[in-house]
Amino acid sequence: MSHGVAPHLQVTDLVAGYVRGLPVVHGVSIEVDRREIVTLIGPNGAGKSTLLKAIAGLIASEKGRIRLGGRDVTALPAHRVVSSGIGFVPQTGNVFTTLTVHENLKVGAHLVRGSLNERLERAYALFPPLAARRPLRARALSGGERQMLAIARAVMADPTLLMLDEPTAGLAPRVVEEVFRQLRGLAEAGIAVLMVEQNARAALGVSDRGYVLTEGKNRFAGPARALLDDSRVAAAFLGGR
Amino acid sequence: MIQALADGILTGAIIALGAIGVTFTLEIMRFANFAHSELLTWGAYIALVIVTFAGPGTPTGPLSFGWQLLAAALIAAVLTGLAAWAVDTLVFRRLRRRGALPLTMVFAAFGAALVMRHLIVLVFGHESRYYTRELQIAVELLPGVRVLPDQIFILGLALAAMITLHAFLAWSRTGIAMRAMAESPALAQVCGIEVDAVVRLTWIIAGALAAFAGVFTGLTPQLHPEIGFNLLLSLFAAAILGGTGSLAGAVTGGFLVGLAENLSLLVISPGYKGAMPFLLLLAILILRPQGLFGARS
Repeated sequence: MSHGVAPHLQVTDLVAGYVRGLPVVHGVSIEVDRREIVTLIGPNGAGKSTLLKAIAGLIASEKGRIRLGGRDVTALPAHRVVSSGIGFVPQTGNVFTTLTVHENLKVGAHLVRGSLNERLERAYALFPPLAARRPLRARALSGGERQMLAIARAVMADPTLLMLDEPTAGLAPRVVEEVFRQLRGLAEAGIAVLMVEQNARAALGVSDRGYVLTEGKNRFAGPARALLDDSRVAAAFLGGR
Repeated sequence: MIQALADGILTGAIIALGAIGVTFTLEIMRFANFAHSELLTWGAYIALVIVTFAGPGTPTGPLSFGWQLLAAALIAAVLTGLAAWAVDTLVFRRLRRRGALPLTMVFAAFGAALVMRHLIVLVFGHESRYYTRELQIAVELLPGVRVLPDQIFILGLALAAMITLHAFLAWSRTGIAMRAMAESPALAQVCGIEVDAVVRLTWIIAGALAAFAGVFTGLTPQLHPEIGFNLLLSLFAAAILGGTGSLAGAVTGGFLVGLAENLSLLVISPGYKGAMPFLLLLAILILRPQGLFGARS
């Protein structure tokens, strides 16, 4: 991970929650570099989703620092975090069901000035099933197509960090594989990918590194392979072996 | 019968303009703005002030006014839009930030409405006012159907405003952003949409359309401090009938309410006209609570 330069995303001792004074994340530190996939695992209530929302600016951080590419983005509101290069795919409600596929992609590039045609074509090339669904409202899509649209929408703004909250929840195994393959491709294209996954074993399988969070704190961290092989992690967080 | 249809369409256009604002407020700010009707009154009186200084203009063709009144209506639209936003900043936004309950918002809106209405009474008094004293002769559009040239002009302008708004929502990136935020503010923010900017734009559009509706009401034939308030129920009946959040719904709802009010005059005494929107509202809520165009259960 570290090559002597600061990591792309650097979260230091972050404290955040939905209600001020009642934090869910109690001083978490994580790092994500470009070209790598990092997965956060841990039991329900460990603060994984809260951490992503805090980085996305959807909830305020009480303490700690969030830096992206060396720039402090801790106090930025959500709509400004986007322009700093962070794309976020929430777990639920991650597409606009009343808008068409095409409109969803356009909204994803809301901050981009000028023509979107090139970006739109690139998104359709990256996710071919969406091209055929262009004029349909997103509510007509299957679960897998929705997830693709959600990812494509986030990529429309050209993020340098893509965060996904349970991107494979409720998807068929074949579709899960497809989503992970896409994320691998995005990482190889130079994006830093940070995801939260219940499907921990499969997620670590495509990840470079992972963090285990419990009760809002760092518990374990390391290369994905090492976490998969660690008997303590396997027993408690990967559903046994 | 046909005369009632014609009158209904004209009233309906004005109600539709107001109902669009009600439905937008419901969808974007998620509260029932019972002060919306006062924006019609404000728009009408702002235009009156301008007309008092600039004059209504020499009647153009068969119309009772000249371009000056149209310019006054446009300026009033902008100013009413800004006034709507100012009321939000002073009252509603503070409550939203505190996570106020819907009922609190309703009472705040009633309070704002009272203040807004009585400011008008304070400045202009209770008496009726006119934009122009020109007399107009109704033209016979069809055998037995008489309308004023002003009314036809108003209908055309109202339709043009609705079509422009539709095109804006359907095609422009800002319009798509507004629809996105109506569905999910959180996801809209994640896309880089600034909630406050969309809220501001929504008030300006709602206020501007309300001002048009107010000026049109004042033109046919007079204005008084209750012109907005008298339409309040009709606006809400139209917005709810159409299914909130839908422009097509608010427009259809507006025309249906206007028609129902005027057609009812064929069978009941005009004294009961005011009860029609209420009856319609009851019928909608019982038969189809999600409205004609509403998808939500």
